[in-house]
Amino acid sequence: MANFWQYVISGLATGATYALVALGLALIYRSSRILHFAHGDITTAGTFVAFTLLGLKLHYMVAFFLALLFGAVLAMSFYFCVLIPAQRREASQLGQIILTLGLGLILQGLVAYFGGTETQSFPFPLSDFKTYQIGEVVISQLSLGTFGIGVLACLLFYLLVQKTRIGLAMRATSENLPAAQTMGIPTRQILALSWGLAALLGVLAGIFLAPALLLDPFFMLEPFLKGFAAAILGGLNSLPGAIVGGLILGVAESLAGGYVSIAFKNTFAFLIIILVLLVRPEGLLGKEFKERV
Amino acid sequence: METLLKIANIETLYYDRIYALHGLSLEVKAGEIFAVLGPNGAGKTTLLKTIAGLLKDQPKKGAIHFMGKRIHRLAPERVARLGIVYVPEDRGLFRELSVKENLDLGCWGRSDSGITDDVEFIYQLFPILKNRAYQQAETLSGGEQQMLAMARAMLRRPKLLMLDEPSLGLAPRVGREVYEALSKISQAGTTILLVEQNAKMALRIANFGYIMESGRIVLEGTAQELQENQDVQELYLGVGGDTVSPKGWRLYKKRRTW
Ligand SMILES: Nc1ncnc2c1ncn2[C@@H]1O[C@H](COP(=O)(O)OP(=O)(O)O)[C@@H](O)[C@H]1O
Ligand SMILES: [Mg+2]
Repeated sequence: MANFWQYVISGLATGATYALVALGLALIYRSSRILHFAHGDITTAGTFVAFTLLGLKLHYMVAFFLALLFGAVLAMSFYFCVLIPAQRREASQLGQIILTLGLGLILQGLVAYFGGTETQSFPFPLSDFKTYQIGEVVISQLSLGTFGIGVLACLLFYLLVQKTRIGLAMRATSENLPAAQTMGIPTRQILALSWGLAALLGVLAGIFLAPALLLDPFFMLEPFLKGFAAAILGGLNSLPGAIVGGLILGVAESLAGGYVSIAFKNTFAFLIIILVLLVRPEGLLGKEFKERV
Repeated sequence: METLLKIANIETLYYDRIYALHGLSLEVKAGEIFAVLGPNGAGKTTLLKTIAGLLKDQPKKGAIHFMGKRIHRLAPERVARLGIVYVPEDRGLFRELSVKENLDLGCWGRSDSGITDDVEFIYQLFPILKNRAYQQAETLSGGEQQMLAMARAMLRRPKLLMLDEPSLGLAPRVGREVYEALSKISQAGTTILLVEQNAKMALRIANFGYIMESGRIVLEGTAQELQENQDVQELYLGVGGDTVSPKGWRLYKKRRTW
């Protein structure tokens, strides 16, 4: 039983990072109906910025803050400078998805060129080796911090979306764009904000993943795919779904890795996703979009 | 009365080749109710969307002026900010948000002290909305949804309120309630442009009417004049015989005088 709780706890910590990635993807899918394939690469770029700034002996807080800001500005620039012009020229949904893929490839190249391709260790204020004992369960300082930050970020995000005027405008814009426009809501700025927030959540996940995974230009590939899977598991257009999906995925793969074999870590997790989607194609908490004609 | 909205010879196309409006002109004077009547597919919805700026790069030709300012081909947000509020055929509600949230969004961008008075006014007009404040908009009945859409529109203090078939899909009694509310809104000083297939209901409250067909205005006049026009009576008001049947439409095509 102690083993079980051990797996659950470490699964929750990993799941929290998946949840953050998934939250960003769901946020963008909900508001722009776009699958954002550059999400992982924006996250990587942001994490490399943090790494570079730490190398310049900036304080952790300052470096992380600037990295989050960098990610957000990068995503918002992409929205304003590429997506809006593309939409003006009536780019199809698929065309816009390809644009995000393109951005991803460009960022990969830039990160490899400026950041280097060899694996580097990411200095971090929390240690992966310092552990705490709670009952029979052991948790590392890093995992605890990761889970804590994940919960905190989700909570703040929830408050922003559900309790503020900006959040209300975000919900209105993603549900019914023409109606939001006719209300005089500045929908472009609101959508840009969604892109920025998504990137911010992603970079946050990246910063907490980097110390455990070690940093290289492709370190976000697997977490990004997991985040994607988590978002789909939860229902791509549901924000709570993304969080639940991330946590379930984290716990599932941790249990599979612990009880069956570490080799089945990914296999088992994706089996669960396939099963859920067979039963509920719209995802756990997703709702079919009611597109009006 | 001064002219609030002036539309001159506009042409609106879908996909750059399907003409929906062919050189349409009309005027809306401040303080009155204007009704555009016409059969399904006449282009009524297209007209309102063109005014609201919801059809990108349309109208292709012609001009729309609102209070002397040109507004054609402006972004919908800009048109909305000038005080033109559009209630679409599908009501344009945020269906997943609550009634209150929908109303709050109606006050977007406002910070004046008149908000409480306006809220008071709409609750007086539609008391039912107060009881439904925390219900999701999609759980309301059709009539309540139309009322919510109108209430939300009024919170924007429209200089021009445009409605697309407000009685569509409503039981006759509910439709009449909606029209009574429109009448009160007009009396409180709001200019209204409404499009309808239901000519009888619309002409009862309108001051002036336009008959629209295949993207053109084919007849215009005061509500009185239109109600007395024989063609309008036969084709739109259902006076004398089975004119609503397809046979009636053919008949009307032959004998129309416009
Ligand atoms: N999105 C669209 N794409 C192509 N054609 C359209 C579209 N919307 C309307 N039309 C065409 O424009 C004409 C006018 O339609 P509409 O404005 O909806 O008429 P109404 O509201 O009077 O019923 C119709 O012939 C219709 O087929
Ligand atoms: Mg219509």
